[in-house]
Amino acid sequence: MEPIRFILNETDVTYDGDATARLLDVLRDTYHCKSVKCGCKEGECGACAVLLDGALVNACCVAMGAVDGRRVMTVEGYRETERFQVLSDAFAELTAVQCGFCIPGMVLAAESVLSHNPHPTEQEIRVGLSGNICRCTGYNAIVNAVKKASEEANGLW
Amino acid sequence: MKEICTSVKKKDHDAKIQGRAVYVGDYERTDRGEPILVGKLLRSNIARARVSSVTVPPLPNGYCYVNADDVPGDNNVNIVLDDTPVFCRETVEYIGEPIGMVVGPNEEEVDRILGAIEVAYEPLPPVIELRTAKEFFFEYEYGHGDVVRAFAEADKVYDEEFETGYQDQTYLETQSMMAEPEGDGIYVHGSLQCAYYVHGAVMRAMGMGPDQVRIFQDVTGGGFGGKEAYPSILACQVAVAAHKAQAPVRCVFDRREDLEFTSKRHPSLCRYRAAVKDGRVTALECDVLFNAGAYSTLSAVVLQRGIISAPGVYHIENVHVRGRAAKTNTTPSGAYRGFGAPQTFFAVEMLMSHIAQDRGEDSIDFKERQLVSQGDMTSTEGRYHFPVPLRAMLDEVDAACDLRRKHRAYAQPQSGRYRRGIGMSAVFHGSGFTGSAERDMIRAVAKLRKYRDGTVEVLASNGDIGQGVRTTFPKIVAHELNLPLERVFYQHPDTARVPDSGPTVASRSLMIVGELLRRAAIKLRACWVDGEEQEVEEHYREPDFMIPFYIDRFQGDAYATYAWTVNAVEVEVDTYTGISRVLGAYGSFDVGTPIDYHIVLGQMEGGFLQGLGYSSIEKMDYDNNGKIWNHSFTDYLVPTTLDVPNMVAMLHVEEYPDGPYGAKGAGELPLVGAAPAYVEAVEQALGGSGVHRLNHVPFTPEDTLLELIKEVK
Repeated sequence: MEPIRFILNETDVTYDGDATARLLDVLRDTYHCKSVKCGCKEGECGACAVLLDGALVNACCVAMGAVDGRRVMTVEGYRETERFQVLSDAFAELTAVQCGFCIPGMVLAAESVLSHNPHPTEQEIRVGLSGNICRCTGYNAIVNAVKKASEEANGLW
Repeated sequence: MKEICTSVKKKDHDAKIQGRAVYVGDYERTDRGEPILVGKLLRSNIARARVSSVTVPPLPNGYCYVNADDVPGDNNVNIVLDDTPVFCRETVEYIGEPIGMVVGPNEEEVDRILGAIEVAYEPLPPVIELRTAKEFFFEYEYGHGDVVRAFAEADKVYDEEFETGYQDQTYLETQSMMAEPEGDGIYVHGSLQCAYYVHGAVMRAMGMGPDQVRIFQDVTGGGFGGKEAYPSILACQVAVAAHKAQAPVRCVFDRREDLEFTSKRHPSLCRYRAAVKDGRVTALECDVLFNAGAYSTLSAVVLQRGIISAPGVYHIENVHVRGRAAKTNTTPSGAYRGFGAPQTFFAVEMLMSHIAQDRGEDSIDFKERQLVSQGDMTSTEGRYHFPVPLRAMLDEVDAACDLRRKHRAYAQPQSGRYRRGIGMSAVFHGSGFTGSAERDMIRAVAKLRKYRDGTVEVLASNGDIGQGVRTTFPKIVAHELNLPLERVFYQHPDTARVPDSGPTVASRSLMIVGELLRRAAIKLRACWVDGEEQEVEEHYREPDFMIPFYIDRFQGDAYATYAWTVNAVEVEVDTYTGISRVLGAYGSFDVGTPIDYHIVLGQMEGGFLQGLGYSSIEKMDYDNNGKIWNHSFTDYLVPTTLDVPNMVAMLHVEEYPDGPYGAKGAGELPLVGAAPAYVEAVEQALGGSGVHRLNHVPFTPEDTLLELIKEVK
């Protein structure tokens, strides 16, 4: 079988393992992307959320065969962007990070919301983050942080 | 607010948001570069049986099977009592009880071996139903006044039963621990709240001395009580496995395993009887029954807090409380934020509301008239030594959501598909350990170490589990030493380096250990010499005003002080679907001075939402065989961003003189009052307790439909 080629965090990579492997496991074990967390391994919690061609997906429910020829973004890549910095500053200012386990997925969910809609309402933010469980914060701080980032983005999204 | 309340950027913010924080599952190799073996538990699939044989297939090289025979020390995990085995004894006592562990380099191969092991059982009759349980791990009783006479003289007597279900902590990072043999000792680290609890447990199981065992808390993805005692069990299991394999072993639970087999909030049955005379409750009898599950774990202390809280925030002259923790052949229950109090507060708050409704009186007025005040006697004949701000907080909540007016308006008959209700609760949470445990058992010690370059390290054993002690402890020290916050730091606890300042539990870390650190910083300030390495330490001292607590009689000050809250929840019930939409949830919370405004607000909001989940959607139960049904996020629902979009937490500050800058216990309070406020709201929307008397949580849409079906019939 042909190896699977895809773009991981803006770098071309070739994966010669099994096409049925989970993207979650491969990202963590083969590509050392430990920001991608395993919270349930059945697509319910969003801790392993990554961007696949810019769309938010749960990496536990994506087989490697499905990423062939596509772009995968994890926080390892996203943290190098200006957009990440704006989100990180907003999360810091509102103390939206508690235990941290949901946060990489949550940040990518926020990117997904803002990239589709740079000026979302609170309700639109809540809908966009609704696939990501956070057990610590009660969500107010996270939603407010995304709102704040959108207001301070200055055309970034 | 004071300067110390100003929010700062959390010290672990960057590492966590950048995905660089290393949780125990993230290690690719040990710190010494060794590969890590996978450990997975072989579990009982029957609730009670004698294990007659375990047949393990021939194992490939590099794999081993570990069980009770491999425990070098005592096959008992040190918690409160020592009845929880590391690996099962001759019998298994619940579905999921660990029988052994398979260890090896490849996870799929470990799974294959687990599937090939044959366990032969001789089934024994299990006890599944709490109502039929006959064996009790703990039974307590206390009271004051003349209950018999008060009931005899009552205008009316009320008698009602209340039931609460499981609640799972559902920290996003599942239980995960790793052990590494080190010389003649063992190094165990992972996701945990209480490094020294784990230290004690591993010493005992491994038959090792204190210096042979080293425990380190890795970055921990949430705890909420779920990582108070459970990590001690898993730590012993991986330690035994690593000792046998003579290699590092890590066990990371999958979500289903975690939901089904780790400790969760005790289900409860509370029977309350109240005597009412001249519009007041003159006597209360509470019979509190908790489902402890198969082993006693923390049930003693959970039950203690539950029964001490049983009469609620009301001044009642005559009280008798009985509490029992029953053994059943089900997953052992344990610590969860609130620690026994959410169950009894649900009972007493609902009962007060039902009595008021029966009297034709607004329940808010009925409750308000009987609230305790500063100087009043507590349920255990201690004193509320400090201001009780409940009346002011009730006014604050009223101002935020028009509570009193809506509560009267929604009590009028409603018709149509959508009907509204608003509920109110008033509760406390005793700050810190119950009774004299802080003085007699924990005896916390905290240290500060100043380095030559003038930086200061906090040395304590309280773990940051998201609540922010890595930031708030340094904040206190920096404040007293007048240093920039960057110059004071606090690492995750490592028992080889830090004194035992006690566990990360009971809403105690900031109030108790934070105060020790404040005093230590003052001490260091007085002896500070530039360019020298210096160390100071402080020991816990019980405040002078405490009335000694006797646990055998449940008498005295159970808590030095209390955190208080008033909650209101407004719902709209869709009578076609049974779904209750939360229109707003409001809380005024008094946890004393917030050492960081946003951190404390985050605790209040997060706890409140967990409480609303407990009230409404977090249903977990088991079948007739004792097997838990709800073992995935598909059927154990926790709140998302969309469930309570309008949640308002307000801080009301009553400073506590013996806490740092006036801080009291914070972590648990916000969960405790949510359930009665929510259920009272749903009940009101359905027409009130005269029509539908609601007395259990969670109260799900299906429960609402069952009530509505009664109307049709």
